[in-house]
Order: sequence, then structure tokens, then C-alpha cells
Amino acid sequence: MTDATATDSRSGTDRAMIYFAERARWRGPEVALWIGAFALAFLFPSRALLFNEVAILALFALSLDLVLGYAGIVSLGHGAFFGLGAYAAGLLAKAGAGAAPLSDPTLGLLFAALVCAAVGYVTSFLVLRGSDLTRLMVTLGVALIFQEIANRMAWLTGGADGLQGVAPANILGMFEFDLYGRNAYLYSLTVLMVLFVFARKIVHSPFGISLRAIKGNSLRAGAIGIPVNRRLNGAYTLGAAYAGVAGALLAQTTAFVSLDVLDFHRSADVMLIVVFGGVGTLYGAVVGAAAFKAMYDVLAAATPQYWEFWLGLVLVLLVLFVRGGVMGLLGAFYARLQRVGGRP
Amino acid sequence: MFEILTRRQALGAFAVAACVLTPVAVRAEDVVKIGVIVPMTGPSASTGREIEAAIKLFQAQKGDKAGGKKVEVIFKDDTGVADITKRLAQELVVNDHVAAIAGFGLTPLALAAAPIATQAKIPEIVMAAGTSIITEASPFIVRTSFTLAQDTVPLADWALNNGIKKVVTLVADYGPGIDAEKAFVEKIKAGGGQVLDSLRAPLKNPEFAPFLQKAKDLKPDALFLFVPSGQGAQLMKQVAEREFAKDNIKVIATGDVTDDEQLNGMGDSVLGMITSMMYSTAHNSPENKAFVAAFEKANPTMRPNFMALGGYDGMALFYAALEKTKGDTDGAKLVDAMKGMAWMSPRGPISIDPQTRDIVQNVYIRKVERRDGQLYNIEFETVPAVKDPVKAAKAGK
Repeated sequence: MTDATATDSRSGTDRAMIYFAERARWRGPEVALWIGAFALAFLFPSRALLFNEVAILALFALSLDLVLGYAGIVSLGHGAFFGLGAYAAGLLAKAGAGAAPLSDPTLGLLFAALVCAAVGYVTSFLVLRGSDLTRLMVTLGVALIFQEIANRMAWLTGGADGLQGVAPANILGMFEFDLYGRNAYLYSLTVLMVLFVFARKIVHSPFGISLRAIKGNSLRAGAIGIPVNRRLNGAYTLGAAYAGVAGALLAQTTAFVSLDVLDFHRSADVMLIVVFGGVGTLYGAVVGAAAFKAMYDVLAAATPQYWEFWLGLVLVLLVLFVRGGVMGLLGAFYARLQRVGGRP
Repeated sequence: MFEILTRRQALGAFAVAACVLTPVAVRAEDVVKIGVIVPMTGPSASTGREIEAAIKLFQAQKGDKAGGKKVEVIFKDDTGVADITKRLAQELVVNDHVAAIAGFGLTPLALAAAPIATQAKIPEIVMAAGTSIITEASPFIVRTSFTLAQDTVPLADWALNNGIKKVVTLVADYGPGIDAEKAFVEKIKAGGGQVLDSLRAPLKNPEFAPFLQKAKDLKPDALFLFVPSGQGAQLMKQVAEREFAKDNIKVIATGDVTDDEQLNGMGDSVLGMITSMMYSTAHNSPENKAFVAAFEKANPTMRPNFMALGGYDGMALFYAALEKTKGDTDGAKLVDAMKGMAWMSPRGPISIDPQTRDIVQNVYIRKVERRDGQLYNIEFETVPAVKDPVKAAKAGK
């Protein structure tokens, strides 16, 4: 807004509208990123399975970014919704025994989203009762409860042995989940893109902007008439539904659900990814997930026993020396590029 | 650009290309790859390390040729997470064109890979996981480790023969633990014994104290334990604190609890403890002495345990199957070749049951003793050629 001068004849409201419209505008690199992501399936067909994991992880990170980066709710138990979504979709696919309508993947996604949204809405009231540290503990506690429930209900979930016989039907009744994982990747990527576009719309909508106000200062936000708790309930519910869809994608594309989907390391990993990629940027989730998996893949192939050390080192260095994660780094680079290019 | 090339240059280029490309083509034809997926980091890392060391030792001893082909092993770390196991298995099949997948540190990991083995029609050699149902998940699964029921039933027999009438069981709450509990309880009840209570501790981050106290209060003749290898030291420390011997309660367990790799660190409190298992580092046979000596020479800080044996014998099985098919890597033929295969392992005589593709082996009753300043599981009774009791019972019905 530095270029808005005092002599501007437009009213303040108009200028604000233009500002927000400008922020919500699609930019070239964004479009290139998505086209590139789809091209990957055809350029490197042998790595489609890894790309599929990246897409799922990106969606999961995106869901946490909505909760953490926009609503400002620190959650260490976001994996609960990921796992719940995975079990919901897995059990539905199992009930349908590989045939439509019950085993239809799209229906599975919807079902997982609904279940997680419902549970997310109910638990959001618990989460909103405290400040940051309390929220951390509550979210962690909820996740632990879910894990233990899944472990205890072995007759339904398969317990520690995992859920067997998850057989999703063909995607849209046409495309089979092949052994090479290409269809799985294209499916996950499409879901990621659709939900990303939707999330992008939301964060630039009045609802999203009010969330930012709450994150900035919830007392003031309340004072100017934003229903703080209702908005936070909504954001948490949305994040839960997104995480559930990510879990459902994992269950469908691997045709298997193990107790591990509810494990603490999922919540911790996704938190790392969001911080690493850049909090409250949406793209940080995607870029962070890709970087995290790529590092894992390269390091684990080079040193199967010690890759965790190198991963840890890179993360510590990044957090120490780069503000705003990878997206912060890219943003600074982009701004510099524009200055060098002589554009305003 | 092509016009510029003279005929001689073209011929020369062709000759060079032929020289470079042909050996590669021949080599690709003669290499058989086997993908080994094990946890090398995370809580089950020791399983992966033992298996890796054993496989490397096997190749160092027996060479890398079998059935006229060069055998190449690809190690992958799944960190003990089932969906990663599945992806790695899938990638090994589609990218590396492996002739078999092997490893699998835990039951869910072995089960996650089962559909891949079925779909790709390649053998899945289970080298560690021990739940009975695993081999039923795919007709391509062959096991060289053991099943929990296989180890447990002989111990229950031993208990009945040694005047133990009332027992309490405490197992880790997951597939193998439940298998062990069922097998033990059924056998004790069938033998006229009494099971006072069956306790199950959570698999992850277990706290054994309340369970152990409850077991002690019930005053059984014996307490039966199972936890996966890796949790034994923690469990035995808490067992020692409870002083079961003072109340004349015997503590018996499957060999997972007194895992050879950890046994030395458990201290004198485990001396005299009775366990049952298909392998002990102290097994008295020339084959085992040679195996242990070579293993400890190659890995000075490690002691081979039953996981190492699963890996070693898994490789032996793969080599033998390749020899039998004369280098044919067709998955169905390999699995057929493996069925009924019998050989002498460092753990004793073993074979693959042609009906269930599960391992048939001796189970030994052992007692922890100090030898040459170190703790060992010393075998004193042998139950020969035990089949997996769970599947044997199903077949009998």
C-alpha cells in the first residue's frame, strides 16, 4: 500500500477492495507450479508413488496451515483427524468390498470429510477454552485418545495389525489404482488442487480476513464486531475436514490403514512442514511437503541408518537462518528479482 | 549433421556403442535383485540392523551367485511405518524389478506389503514378523522367522510338566501378543491348569508396573510374559523390582523377552529365567559356532539374535530356490521351489511347510546362565519340528 498516495480520489473502501482483489489475484508462478505438478506424473512415472505421498502430505499440511497459519490455533494433535479420515474412508471402502457405490473413492472422501468435520466441530469447543499452551495439550490429548480408541476397537479397526481388505473401487468408476501409482498420484493431486483453490478462496474471503484479524489481536477483533469463537470453531472444523480428506486419500491409495496414521509423529511432522514451508502462506504447505519428502528420499537412500540426523540438521539451520520458511526465502528472492528487473 | 559423418566414422561409432551397450545388457539379464525392507531407524531399528548384518554376512560367505545369476540386495528403511513399507515394496517392484521382497520387521508391515506380492506375483520372504495370519495374506508369502504360537505351546507344555497349575499371562496388546496369549491359555487349560487372569499392556510406551503388581497379588505358580524384542530390558527391570521369586512365582517368557542382543544388559536378575525360542546365540552346534564367530567378527559390537537368523535363513532360502529353478525368476516357480525346502540352519534343522509356506523348526526350552562372564540363553530341552499350532489347529478342524 505504499503506492497509495493521499491525492488518490478513490474512497477508502474502494482502495481496500482493490487491495484485497490484488492480493487474491492468481500469479504466474502459481499456475506454473500446478502445471508442473501434473507434468511430473508423465515426466517421472517411476516416482509417482512418492509424488502421491507428497500430494497427500501437502494436503495434510495445508489443513494445518488453515488452523495454525490463519486461525492461529497451535495444534500438536492434528494427526487425529488425518487418522480418523483414513479409518473412515478405509472402513467405508471395506464395507463396499471394492464395488461401487460404497467403495467409490469420491464418496469415501466426502464421508471422511463429513466425519472429521463433525468431530472437529465438537472438539473445537475444547480447544478454544484455553490459550496457546493449553491448546497444545488439549489437541495432543485428543489425538492420544483417538489412537487408544482405535487400538482398543480392534474388532473394527484391526488394532495394531492394521485394517485389512481396504479395496477402493475405480476412480470415478473408470480409472484403476495401478501398481505404478500414476492414477493414484493424479487423483490425489486433483483433490489437492481443488481443495487448494477452495482454501485460497476462503482465506481471501471476509471469513479468512477476519481470521487474520483474530490471529493478530483477538480482543480487538472482538471489539470491532468479529464473532471470535464462532470463527475459530469454523476454521478448526474446516481444518479437520481437510485433514480427514488427506487421511482418506492415504487409505485409498495404499489400500491399507495402520494404527500409525494416528501416531504422534504425523502431527509433529506436519507441524515441521508448515513451519519449514512458511506459516500462513498456503503454498508453504505444498512446498514444505515436497521439500520434506524429497529430503527424506535422498537422505534415506544415501544413508539408511542416519538420515534422521541430516534431516534434523537441515531443519534446525533453516529455522535459525531463514525467516518465514521456504516461502519467506522465495518471497525475498522474488522481490529482489523484481527490483533488479526495474519494475515497481 | 548425419551427412557430415563418414562411413568409417559411423562404423566406428557403432562399434563403440556396441562395446559399451552389450555388457550392460548382458549384465542386466544376469542380475537378480531382492528388495529387503526393514526398519533401520525408529523403535524397531535393531531388527533392521540384525537382518542387514546377517544378509551381508551370508553374501560374504556364500558369494553373490545363485542359479547362475548374480544376486543383488537392495536395502530400504521403512522406519516401521506401514504405508511407507507398502510404497517401498511397490517401488522396488515397478522401478527396480526385484524378483522378491523380504524383511518386514513387524506384523502390520508384512501385511501391508502382502497385496503387492500377490499383484506382482513375486515371493515375499518374511524374516521377522511373527503373527500366524501373515502367511495367509498372500499365496506368495514364505516365512523364515517363527510364529509366536510356535514358541509358546512348547513352553506351556513344559510348565504343565513342571508342576505349574495356576498362571497369569501378560502380553503386549497386538497381533503377536494376542497369538502368544491364546496359544498359552488354550494349552494350559487343555492340560488341566488354571488361568487366573490374562493381562495386556499397550504396545507403545508401556508402563508395566500396575500389571506386574496385579499379577503378583493373584499369587499364581507362574507368570507368563511376552513383549516384542526391544522392550525386554525395560520389562525385566520392573519384574526384578517386584521380586516374584520371594512369593514363589516363576517368571517364564518367550525368547523375545530375553533377546540375545539385549540380554547382557539385563543383569543378574534374569539369571535362571526359563524361556522358549527357536534360536539362541548359545545353540550348541558346529554350524552355529561358525555362524556366531563370523557374525561377531564382521560386527564386533553386535551379537546375532533370532532376527539375524530370520534374515540369514531367508537369504539361504532365496539362494536355494534360485538354484532349484536354475535362475528362473518367475515368482510362482520360486515359491513352488521354496515349498518343502529343508536345510540345516545355525538354529538347527528347518524346513518350509509345503501346505502353509510357514517355517517348521525345533523349539528349545532355555535357561539364562552366565558363561565366560556373559549372559546366555542355555538350551536344555528340544521340541523337534514344531509346526505353527494355529494353522495346524485350523487344518485339523
